[in-house]
Amino acid sequence: MEILVLAEHRRGELREISLEMLSKAKEIADNMGGEITAVLLGQGVKDFADTLANYANKVLLIEDSKLENFNAEAYQNVLSVLIKERNPAMVMIGHTAFGMDLAPALAVELDLPLATDCVDLKVDGDSVFAIRQVYSGKVNVKVSFSGAKKCMVTMRASACQIAEDMKLGGAIETVDSPLTEDIDYKVFSGYEEAVAGEVDITQADILVGVGRGIGDPDNIPMIEELAEAIGGVVSCSRPVVDKKWLPKDRQVGTSGKTVKPKLYLAVGISGAFQHLAGMNGSDLIVAINKDPKAPIFAAAQYGIVADLFKVVPALKDKINELKGA
Amino acid sequence: MDIIVCVKRVPDTSEADVKIDGSGKNIDLEDLTFDINEWDNYAIEEAILIKEKVGGTVTAITMGPEESNEVLRRCMAKGADAAIRLTDDAFEGSDGYAIAKILHSAIKGMSFDAVFLGAQAGDDGYGVVGPMLAEMLGIPHATLITKVDLEDGKAKVHRELEGGLEEVVDINLPAVLGIQTGINEPRYVSIMGIRKVAKKEIPVKGLADVGLSADDVGEAGSKTKIESMYIPEVGEVAEIIEGSPDEAAAKLAQILKEKGLMG
Repeated sequence: MEILVLAEHRRGELREISLEMLSKAKEIADNMGGEITAVLLGQGVKDFADTLANYANKVLLIEDSKLENFNAEAYQNVLSVLIKERNPAMVMIGHTAFGMDLAPALAVELDLPLATDCVDLKVDGDSVFAIRQVYSGKVNVKVSFSGAKKCMVTMRASACQIAEDMKLGGAIETVDSPLTEDIDYKVFSGYEEAVAGEVDITQADILVGVGRGIGDPDNIPMIEELAEAIGGVVSCSRPVVDKKWLPKDRQVGTSGKTVKPKLYLAVGISGAFQHLAGMNGSDLIVAINKDPKAPIFAAAQYGIVADLFKVVPALKDKINELKGA
Repeated sequence: MDIIVCVKRVPDTSEADVKIDGSGKNIDLEDLTFDINEWDNYAIEEAILIKEKVGGTVTAITMGPEESNEVLRRCMAKGADAAIRLTDDAFEGSDGYAIAKILHSAIKGMSFDAVFLGAQAGDDGYGVVGPMLAEMLGIPHATLITKVDLEDGKAKVHRELEGGLEEVVDINLPAVLGIQTGINEPRYVSIMGIRKVAKKEIPVKGLADVGLSADDVGEAGSKTKIESMYIPEVGEVAEIIEGSPDEAAAKLAQILKEKGLMG
């Protein structure tokens, strides 16, 4: 069997999800007997092929100026030709902004079953099962492909470890691009960076992260006072930015910033994986949340299960008291 | 500009104690509150903002039992002109692919410039229905959209990438656009507002009305199958600081002081 893994790159960098997926593919291939093929689409990306060759039995390289920037439509046109030709048992794509735009439509075109946002893949006999997280990350679901011989999965970023000792030394095979004309109905026109604010949260030693549990923008000053007492800066999770309670440059997580402070004090943050991915490199994580089953407590070293509106003012007072002592 | 918005009624599990039901393949929905999927709430708002700016119509469509009418009425109270509810016993157990087929069958004969929906749903979070629907309709799509600007026959959209980066994409209409949270500020709907639309008729369509057969939908028409649901084992968890809020806060302050993490 062949496992076909789509490599992902952006602005001259091979993205980690590529190697994470190849590492997981190796596990499946070892278990079921099979070969891993990495597919690399782009322009001027030959260097990435060398890296990928360590993690795959074969690298298929398709270079075309029409593939310079990611475009789901162009990728779909290329991959559908390739997959029809090769008929792999499994296609792996990242559950990233790119993969989310690409995989579902490709699966429909190829009539393949698709499980997205998988955190793991399990082999049982001669079948593969996808493990996904649902309902705010509180429940796992085991999904099968209803007996189909072929399937497609998209893998959550950071869910799989990159194997350290992979030296497969796969051959790099250059394939002609099947694209004949420009895709004019969906055109990439550029990147836009988030606007930088006055505070760079990635530079702070102490962050007080505030989440949906704060309930109302009028309660933000209470968090600012705590941050001031402890000598830290206020950051937040996505819902706080979505509701426009704090600006985007304060957001920690997959679609915001990655932070590694000495202390991350999470207040009213449940701990969606996108948030955890942005702060789990912190030296010390402390969580205050009223829901004892909130996933944030699995990421934290210390936790207080209580109403944040009672804990935060008390904590601020106590800190000020100890500082004065 | 005529926009169809696909919406979904989902349980709110963010602060709930979630339990697996007797089948082992679903959660116990009994004590949960339901609302419009958060992403869809931004999608309906975006459609209504566009209608208010350039004119046209907004039609909300959902698949679900009678309780889903409350979500459709909420959409109408916000400004949607019409609503359609797709329902049939045979739809039960449909995966994202089968749901896309049902929506496709209901939508394909309608006249529209765009289909909006949430980029994903807060319950199962597959995020597949939009792009699958676009593929079935044979029109382009873009998902994770944080900005929509219309210019004759086209949309200039921003897609959210990772790390605070966005990409700008020009897309021909009609298209399917998957809306990301935070794109706008969804308006508040009062009980009075919902009461005003309480008498508006919501047409209901079943399997035969959308021209599908039982094999196309439900478990038979799905490509993936839920084998089991379970509460994941939690590994090492935080040391919980016990005591009243005041006591716990005092202990935490002491810990932080000892670790030199203060000021």
